[in-house]
Amino acid sequence: MSELCDLTIAQARDGLRTRRFSARELTAAHVKAMEAARGLNAFITETPERALADAARADVRIAAGDARALEGIPLAIKDLFCTEGVPTTAASHILDGFKPPYESTVTAKLWAQGAGMLGKANLDEFAMGSSNMTSYYGAVRSPWRRRGDDRPLVPGGSSGGSAAAVAARIAMAALGTDTGGSIRQPASFTGLVGMKPTYGRCSRWGIVAFASSLDQAGSLTRTVRDSAIMLRAMSGHDPKDSTSATLPVPDYEAALTGNIRGLRFGVPKEYRVEGMPAEIEKLWQTGIEWLRAAGAEPVDINLKLTKYALPTYYIIAPAEASSNLARYDGVRFGLRVEGKSIEEMYEATRAVGFGDEVKRRILVGTYVLSAGYYDAYYLKAQRVRALIAADFKRAFEKVDVILTPTAPSAAFAIGEKMDDPLAMYLNDVFTVPISLAGLPGISVPAGLSAEGLPLGLQVIGRAFDEETVLRAAESLERAANFTARPPALT
Amino acid sequence: MSLIEGKTGNWEVVIGLEVHAQVVSQSKLFSGAATGFGAEPNTQVSPVDAAFPGMLPVINRFCVEQAVKTGIGIEGKVNPISVFDRKNYFYADLPAGYQISQFTRPIVSGGSIALDLPEGRSRTIGVTRLHLEQDAGKSLHDQHPNLTYVDLNRAGTALMEIVSEPELRSAEEAGAYLRKLRMILRYLGTCDGNMEEGSLRCDANVSVRKPGAPLGTRCEIKNVNSIRFAMLAIDYEARRQIEMIEEGGIVKQETRLFDSARGVTRPMRSKEQAHDYRYFPDPDLLPLVLDPAEIERLRAAMPELPDRKKERFIQDYKLTSYDAGVLVSERLTADFFERVAKGRDARAAANWVTGELFGLLNRAGKGIEQSPVSADAIGALLDLIADNTVSGRTAKDVFAEMFETGKDAAAIVEAKGLRQVTDSGAIEAAVDRVIAEQPEKVAEFRAGKDKLLGYFVGQVMKATGGKANPGTLNELLKKKLSG
Repeated sequence: MSELCDLTIAQARDGLRTRRFSARELTAAHVKAMEAARGLNAFITETPERALADAARADVRIAAGDARALEGIPLAIKDLFCTEGVPTTAASHILDGFKPPYESTVTAKLWAQGAGMLGKANLDEFAMGSSNMTSYYGAVRSPWRRRGDDRPLVPGGSSGGSAAAVAARIAMAALGTDTGGSIRQPASFTGLVGMKPTYGRCSRWGIVAFASSLDQAGSLTRTVRDSAIMLRAMSGHDPKDSTSATLPVPDYEAALTGNIRGLRFGVPKEYRVEGMPAEIEKLWQTGIEWLRAAGAEPVDINLKLTKYALPTYYIIAPAEASSNLARYDGVRFGLRVEGKSIEEMYEATRAVGFGDEVKRRILVGTYVLSAGYYDAYYLKAQRVRALIAADFKRAFEKVDVILTPTAPSAAFAIGEKMDDPLAMYLNDVFTVPISLAGLPGISVPAGLSAEGLPLGLQVIGRAFDEETVLRAAESLERAANFTARPPALT
Repeated sequence: MSLIEGKTGNWEVVIGLEVHAQVVSQSKLFSGAATGFGAEPNTQVSPVDAAFPGMLPVINRFCVEQAVKTGIGIEGKVNPISVFDRKNYFYADLPAGYQISQFTRPIVSGGSIALDLPEGRSRTIGVTRLHLEQDAGKSLHDQHPNLTYVDLNRAGTALMEIVSEPELRSAEEAGAYLRKLRMILRYLGTCDGNMEEGSLRCDANVSVRKPGAPLGTRCEIKNVNSIRFAMLAIDYEARRQIEMIEEGGIVKQETRLFDSARGVTRPMRSKEQAHDYRYFPDPDLLPLVLDPAEIERLRAAMPELPDRKKERFIQDYKLTSYDAGVLVSERLTADFFERVAKGRDARAAANWVTGELFGLLNRAGKGIEQSPVSADAIGALLDLIADNTVSGRTAKDVFAEMFETGKDAAAIVEAKGLRQVTDSGAIEAAVDRVIAEQPEKVAEFRAGKDKLLGYFVGQVMKATGGKANPGTLNELLKKKLSG
């Protein structure tokens, strides 16, 4: 593997500007890595020519002394972002042949900062899943392995292809989306930094919708600094998304002062869930000590409604999904299976086009919105959601950030946990509450499990206070000094 | 109260109307696509309207203003916060699989509409609510033997759904309600009211009961596209229900369609009505918050509406209620009239506009906006009558020519030498000449044959080429004949 693939964005930025290497060299090394690692199935569509053309343009800018924030940086894009003229599948059969005539706002912002696109990363179908096993284009294999066990592992999900690509040093960073943990959980599973910004920080325009009130774009990177660089490029108000915030975008990199002296961080006891491995509990305690040693002050807090977050999420997200996915009907784009009547066409198209997990969620969502059930499920879930947000708000009167584990386990093997959807849903137990409250959360690689697999810690912040989240995350990152690499790369 | 006579006695009809009024706007409710009528299929469709993946709705503030103006116009309460909901159902011309509408929290609550009924009667009907929603596209079933074509030009166009209380009691009242609502919408410029093009559509809820009895079971008649059809549909439906009950049957709550060719209503297929719409707040849109100052600004900029205008016309111009009603039926007509009337005899102005002008416009099949004679030109003609330059009789001929050629009144009068003779010397000479030429007739008149006066008037008129001032002529003639 070329050493160029091991660089962080910040390092590559310096190397490009000092002409140690060109953007074309940098991108060519990543294109080669992408070809070499096809066995991971991290990409649905590879766009190497596009990446090299992007790099050539970047070299011109760099030569002119006109380099932008991500000039010449090759990225993987979760295939949930619409990219103009490039197939966009959401990892679903039902979007067969769909090439958007438009570019999502967030990807457009990245291109406007000089980034290049290596390809469209694999994901769980319509971002519904925590293992990347629900993709119509097949499972993604994590580059990680348990010690002494060669069984392939899941990279987590739904941004599984994005995570695998960055962990395997194919891409310098990847775009993901996070609805209930879809960036943070795979980041934890693959030893990456995964940031879900505040709901409204990044535009949703051009992202294939799963659950509109929860979906948010974010990044997977190898360092907190890279996360800060990506976030600044991705963020900002978009008049085309009514739910995007009209706030200025700070210079997130400048927030990484390394100083968290006096910062108060909350430790919610409700996150000590039954059945959580002792090593995760231990890692959490270690994280608390790291932050304390850096001058921050731990505060015990209560997030009493935590146990209701998962059921609440699994009512609201499917409800919105059942409506958002109604447009996939075979009439205007994507797959169509003919029928004798319009009803037959709908039924056949959707029966063939959607996978089991997507169908399950459409059914759940349709049920909870139905006459006679709406009040008992959807409306009640919305009330609980408001209470969960209020819980966090109260906690943030006392603390600046909250520290928790990211996921209740390390990565599992492909094939494990597959027969019980509820067991799968439990993966999101620590990430879902933050999504419901719309808050920013970041997963930082903090250590290895006994089996040698990465484990992450999650830093949660106040709405639109990504700066403090990143500053605390960087402090954790420095203390953890996570240098482990996927075995295939060492 | 108008009742329908059945075999078992009199019946009262209870009607509530849901009107879908297409908002006048350049672009759609949640996208920038154009809204013009009659464009080639699928040429006014944005990826938002076609519900492409990742597309998001953004509210068109102009459409919101239009709804607020309409709300104020029907005397409703404009809600500072309203919410857009998704109404979920599958149909080929509903691209997203849901319609964005307002369910629990509409933009306008309450309101009222005053009906103008025959013989000067009036009734005020309550409006329950007005909400904003998207229109669907069109399914074209007649283009291919076994395929349906879809035109999405209309998909996403803004509609105002205006729901009345069930307070209408006859087809006639329903017609008056629709006419008045349309008049208000057109005054405000918030809907063009064109039922043929589908920019105003109506669903009617109809039930019958014995006077004083509780409400009967209602049927909803969908998508009626003219006021006349709405009235026919209601009449038919009321009689159908009465007949059914009187024959021992019961009315089933259902949705029906009006077949205008046969003049009957018939039930829709049950499949077409078995919907559970699964309404829930659209997570892509924030609640619609209106600034009270903005509402007040719109209120202050409201045009004078027909009821107020009619009152003012009666008060200020001393018009009859009938004339005032005719003149205010269209804002353009009222404006036209006021321009003619300004600084002139208002009743004469009203007579000319409703009489001569409407007469010629009707014959030419034109609306007032296409009138070849401007308000100022009619005013100038009225001035010529007022200063005795032409007689009223001559003025009508002049007006016909103005209408024909577009020339102004003074030019026609000059060119044709139609100036009225008011010089009493000239008229006197003509009178003298006629009297001198007709000694026998003069004798007859003097012997008591009074009706010959008309004959002499005609003779003198003829002698002056029709230009003699009739008043002066009459006066002189009477004096000379009796003298």
